[in-house]
Amino acid sequence: MDTLKLLRELSQASGVSGYENEAQEVARRALVPYADALRTDALGNLIALKRGARPEGTPVRSILLAAHCDEIGLMVTGFEQGFLRFTRVGGVDVRTILGQEVVVHGRRPLPGIVASRPPHVMTKEEMDKPVPLDKLFIDVGLPAERVQELVRVGDVITLRREMVELAEGFVAGKALDDRAGVAALVFCLEALSTLRHTWDVYAIATTQEEVGLRGAMVSAYSVAPDLAIAVDVTFGKQQGVSENESVELDAGPTIGKGPNFHPLLVERLLATAGEHELPHQVEIIPGRSGTDAWAIQVAREGIPTALLGIPLRYMHTTVETVCIKDIERTGRLLALCIAGLNEDFAAQLGL
Amino acid sequence: MFLQELAEARGVAGHEQAVRDLVLNAIKPWIDTHRVDALGNLICLRRARGQPTEQGPRKVMLAAHMDEVGLMITGINSDGTLRFGPVGGIDPRVLLSKQVLVGDDAVPGVIGARPIHLTTPADRERVVELDKMAIDIGVTSKSAAEKKVKLGDYVSFRTTFEVLDTEGLRTVKGKAMDDRIGCYVLTELLKTDYAFDLYAVFTAQEEVGLRGAKVAAYAINPDLALVFEGTVCDDIPKDKDISPVTELGKGPALTFMDRSVIADPRLVRLLVRTAERLGIPYQFKRAIAGGTDAGAIHLTREGVPSAVIAVASRYIHAPVSMVSLNDVDHTIQLAREALHTLEGGLEA
Repeated sequence: MDTLKLLRELSQASGVSGYENEAQEVARRALVPYADALRTDALGNLIALKRGARPEGTPVRSILLAAHCDEIGLMVTGFEQGFLRFTRVGGVDVRTILGQEVVVHGRRPLPGIVASRPPHVMTKEEMDKPVPLDKLFIDVGLPAERVQELVRVGDVITLRREMVELAEGFVAGKALDDRAGVAALVFCLEALSTLRHTWDVYAIATTQEEVGLRGAMVSAYSVAPDLAIAVDVTFGKQQGVSENESVELDAGPTIGKGPNFHPLLVERLLATAGEHELPHQVEIIPGRSGTDAWAIQVAREGIPTALLGIPLRYMHTTVETVCIKDIERTGRLLALCIAGLNEDFAAQLGL
Repeated sequence: MFLQELAEARGVAGHEQAVRDLVLNAIKPWIDTHRVDALGNLICLRRARGQPTEQGPRKVMLAAHMDEVGLMITGINSDGTLRFGPVGGIDPRVLLSKQVLVGDDAVPGVIGARPIHLTTPADRERVVELDKMAIDIGVTSKSAAEKKVKLGDYVSFRTTFEVLDTEGLRTVKGKAMDDRIGCYVLTELLKTDYAFDLYAVFTAQEEVGLRGAKVAAYAINPDLALVFEGTVCDDIPKDKDISPVTELGKGPALTFMDRSVIADPRLVRLLVRTAERLGIPYQFKRAIAGGTDAGAIHLTREGVPSAVIAVASRYIHAPVSMVSLNDVDHTIQLAREALHTLEGGLEA
């Protein structure tokens, strides 16, 4: 599997929370070769099932893998002299979008720019403050009457960015939170196609994570797995962020420890990584993880859950940066862990 | 489209070679001689065709600057990220979350930002200063960075050219419309015969103080000069009554005065009359903002009557700017016709 190529397609696809279709389509095409069944549920979650080779006389067991395919974005709220007013969908730091190119999903996709004022005409006081949302406009370069014809209030807006390859196997682009996770799930299913596994695997590209873990909540209910592992991105070390707040890139996925995660599953992941000498890190999350794992853990009667984190710099910008190898290491760790699942482990967990 | 090549060429002030090569290649059939001077100005001559009139000028200088604003590498951090400073006037607020290209090898890099999750509401009320930003090229050590980047390397925005509106406003977006749009206009004007020697100068280092134009004008010693610019266009909605300076799609913008020059009133009148005679829309630049090469040219030697014709350009000095090709066409038309009128001399 060409992880870089898949990641590029995933990154450049549009999929603001609640409007994930385009990104889901890329994920679907990537998952099809490895899935025994694929379906989309009421909230748009794309659920791929890869069946395990269940020994006769054992119960059906399943593990759910979740990576969210929605991204943060913007939404049209009004018109002013041919320019668009907008609001945020998800956690957008407005300081990072001045001069940003966008795509307005009107009656046809319209490229646009978040307007910035030229420094020649601004006072020092104006430049000393971030531009607030109510002074930001999107310009699609069309006459006002054309804008009215093509755009409606409520149209979503994607931040636009071509993914770029940096040095040493790093790439930068938009929506790598959490398309990198989606790529890791695809990598995992591909790896599983050459491994023996007895448990069924549900790989889910979830929706609406950025606005409250909503896709994960309902898909965990419908799949009702025995176990779950969410894959999301985590804060990678970067300039201006302390070591306490971040983890290394190109050092493997993080395995989360804390109340959100089942200790035995965490131990199993650590043991698997150790046994196969896969680089990995431990991330301590003393409370709310803010990931799909948080919703999945409390679905139905409760599901033993774990979290793998792909280290990523500049989260929630259009230059999110990851190491391709970390994505592959995440997928490999998932696959090897799944291949090791058996009835003994189910018994340990009291399943 | 030649404008696309111009906009995507990298030419931060002091390092205009790529733009210069591109321009020269495009205009060679239309010029008699050319030279590149000590500052990197490309000085092209198209000799007079036909007999100049008694009162007409012998030498007319047209100028557009090749350089763009950008960044320069000033240091390499231990983690392999790059420190930088601005080249020309850049609002630091437009730099976060952008892609750049570093040095002659165009090494891709990004300017990141702290994740919103790790900021407080108070943080988000503060502007991130330049010295808190860094360019990330993907390397993880200073020594690895040093293999790809040198101190003093120029950094340009990584922006592609694109047509936004094929009818109506005929807008395009791209990098450095200030002043590749002027370069484009100049290449078009070179395709016509005039009764005077036409010196088309693609200038260097405008963005750091009109430095190329100063020495080029000295060398040429022209009788008259016209400067072509992509100028400030601040026509986005504002709650206070602040001048838009110029408006997109409202025609070529004529300058009475900017921070660097008071345009020669005879030339301004000529441009206005020509526009009105041809029925070309025009507008005045309605703020004393920004300086242009005319600022340097008009003070050359004993003084040179000079004026500025500009294309309204939204979002200049940011990674992506926007112009209307209607304005561009009208600028070319107006300038060409005004130059022909000038063959008979300036009004007394």
